[in-house]
Amino acid sequence: MSIRTIDKPTARPGFVRPRGRFNLGSRYTPVLVTLILLIAMWGVGATRYRGFLSVQMLLNLLIDNSFLLVLVVGMTFVILTGGIDLSVGSVVALSTMIAAFLLRAGWPPLVVIAIVLVVGSTLGMLVGLVIHYFEIQPFIATLAAMFLARGLCYVISLNSISITDPFFVDMAQTRIPLGPGLAITPSVIIAVIVVAIAFFVLHYTRTGRTVYGIGNGGQSAMLMGLPVARTRVLVYVISGFCSALGGVLFTFYTLSGYSLTAVGMELDAIAAVVIGGTLLTGGSGFILGSVLGVLVLGIIQTIISFEGTLSSWWTKIVIGALLLVFIVLQRLLTTLRR
Amino acid sequence: MTTQAPVVDMTDISISFPGVKALDRVNFRMFPGEVHSLMGENGAGKSTMIKALTGVYPIDSGSILLDGKPLLITGPAQAQEAGISTVYQEVHLLTNLSVAENIMLGREPRRGAAIDWRAMRARATEILDGLNLDIDPASQLGTHSLAVQQLVAIARAIDVQAKVLILDEPTSSLDVDEVSELFRVIRSLKESGVAILFVSHFLEQVYEISDRLTVLRNGQLVGEYLTDEILRIELVHKMIGKDIAVLSDLDRKERAPISEESEEAPFVQAIGLGRTGSIAPVDLSVYEGEVVGLAGLLGSGRTELARLLSGADRPDRGELSIGGRPRRLRTPRMALKARIAYSSENRRSEGIIEDLTVRDNIVLALQADRGWFRRIPKKRQDELAASYIQALNIRPPDPDAIVKNLSGGNQQKVLLARWLAVAPRLLILDEPTRGIDVGAKAEIQKLVADLAENGMSVVFISAELEEVLRLSHRIVVMRDREKVADIVNDDVTVGQVMTLIASGAES
Repeated sequence: MSIRTIDKPTARPGFVRPRGRFNLGSRYTPVLVTLILLIAMWGVGATRYRGFLSVQMLLNLLIDNSFLLVLVVGMTFVILTGGIDLSVGSVVALSTMIAAFLLRAGWPPLVVIAIVLVVGSTLGMLVGLVIHYFEIQPFIATLAAMFLARGLCYVISLNSISITDPFFVDMAQTRIPLGPGLAITPSVIIAVIVVAIAFFVLHYTRTGRTVYGIGNGGQSAMLMGLPVARTRVLVYVISGFCSALGGVLFTFYTLSGYSLTAVGMELDAIAAVVIGGTLLTGGSGFILGSVLGVLVLGIIQTIISFEGTLSSWWTKIVIGALLLVFIVLQRLLTTLRR
Repeated sequence: MTTQAPVVDMTDISISFPGVKALDRVNFRMFPGEVHSLMGENGAGKSTMIKALTGVYPIDSGSILLDGKPLLITGPAQAQEAGISTVYQEVHLLTNLSVAENIMLGREPRRGAAIDWRAMRARATEILDGLNLDIDPASQLGTHSLAVQQLVAIARAIDVQAKVLILDEPTSSLDVDEVSELFRVIRSLKESGVAILFVSHFLEQVYEISDRLTVLRNGQLVGEYLTDEILRIELVHKMIGKDIAVLSDLDRKERAPISEESEEAPFVQAIGLGRTGSIAPVDLSVYEGEVVGLAGLLGSGRTELARLLSGADRPDRGELSIGGRPRRLRTPRMALKARIAYSSENRRSEGIIEDLTVRDNIVLALQADRGWFRRIPKKRQDELAASYIQALNIRPPDPDAIVKNLSGGNQQKVLLARWLAVAPRLLILDEPTRGIDVGAKAEIQKLVADLAENGMSVVFISAELEEVLRLSHRIVVMRDREKVADIVNDDVTVGQVMTLIASGAES
């Protein structure tokens, strides 16, 4: 037996991965399943409701969920390393509060946005440092950050603060025409840019590959000499930054700051990431999958609002059921891959 | 060769861990273009030495010179930059990424800020070709066999243009042809002036490949020798520091086949026992006091069969009877109740609890067997721990030592003690001697033989055929997740078993 033959699939009949184009054990399968699901749901919607089958309807999905798109980018980085970030929703709320408060005090809007982003990133960095250097479970460290950020909201104000700043109002109302009868908001463009950058970083930089490497678990990435410490902290900075940016987009959307806003939004983000095919244990998943996950969540909401008679809580029920199905599906696929 | 200046010169290196002095003022040097083997038993300090050189452990005292200049490293990344590459015994690569990435990450070719994937695959293919390894660099590493992963790890190490290449037990998961392939690569690296540190438990391989030997024992330096100038027997003496009569003793023992003459029913009998996707239906019987060896390559179904017999996996077909009565083992706990104990091949993840003490690890299974509400009295725990530490010669002989600070061989002994404490009637040992030095190995083999003599049934799994032949009354050969032969061990040779493993059913 020469070295060339040791990996020949013929050696073990029955335990060979199919080598064809269709391969159930492939890393892309969960994303494909999500894509098929999305198309199917759109198809169902289109046969049941008038006006569902329009491009603008799809664009509206993006408009209504642009902040969530930005949030899942950060969450995808974190989950790919095998971590979790529970502080996302609270940081969104804190961002809306800081923005609304400073705008009311008359600060220039761009400075306000910069401050919000710095606060979010700093909080993320603190969490990341705690997680890496004190070897604290991400769950606990980000839970602490979640309470901290939510509490800070109340320090700023107990009541909702509305935003009248012309720049923010502009951002809320501007529609960028894409063609006859089609338009998007600036928030969508920002979200798409963030997704594109994230895609580039994850697939075309050493940092991105290290994110995947850390998610593989164990000491391997460190022993291979990859910058593990820096990268692990960085993903929480990214998540903090994305949360803050998501918060800014959310204020464009709601034109107010409120302490009780975005409660549980981190769970929406986690749900979108998981439905998008990323393994919660880390190391496997794609940013575009997470984008599809957001669209699936959005389309569920749209269908339920089109249905009219259904309570909006059905959204939660459907999302819950879908999550269960996806987690079980992922488990099956990972077993198959072995 | 010796006229050259050493590329690595380590002097007076000391490292301690809580409760263990891992290295005590050890000297070690390496010359360019030379293969230097680091020899010693488990716990001698070989791994610690390597980790000191690669920056994983900081040294307490001493100095490391690289090319005559002091080497200040704070981690594996700096060691790599300084030209020291390591291939670890357990493959430390990223199974979720592609082969190309595993070879190139850390110094991936870029175009601007982006990774140049095409150049990366091309370069990876080139390196793999140099190793005569024909695999797709874009394929995911985890889909390949361990042996291939090992070679990919070496491919990674050579690509850094290393001055020093450290190979820690690189051959433990390779077969004969793969080993000679690896040696070809080592020789060509040697010719290009790389200093190679080779660690292996296989004496044959050490003598075949290395020019120089350094022997460690209990964290101390025994000496440095040229391979040509030291006899094997001398070397073994220096490594274990005691007489190795136990080894040859065992060989002379008569092994009468038990199953042939036994009148009674086998203790364990499996008929058509199998599990879909894991192992094809197998018939197997184990008599009282019998050692049944399971031979076969990695992935041949040895471990899978052991897991079925021990309740770790549930069979979905076939029947199992224990002591003549049909039983279904759904969990390892049920197996334990039926007095079947299984010691897994994955010592770390399925065996010892690293952060507990030696005593806690030893009493664990017995406590579980009694139920958590009937705590074993402290005094009894101490007695148990003390008696097994003595009986199995566990080092350090401290029941309060944390198990993760023990060497691999001693961890294995702790694990054995745990299962012996529950007094099983069938003991299933999956690779109990893997990565263990000659001395500990002989001790464990002798123990297995003694246990069987006293009426315990043993299923013994090992990749080392010599060992299986030495211990077993009967040998079951596995191939491609099927049982291909069941032979009584009288005058069976390694060659015969190898033929069976290779060709299977034909014979």
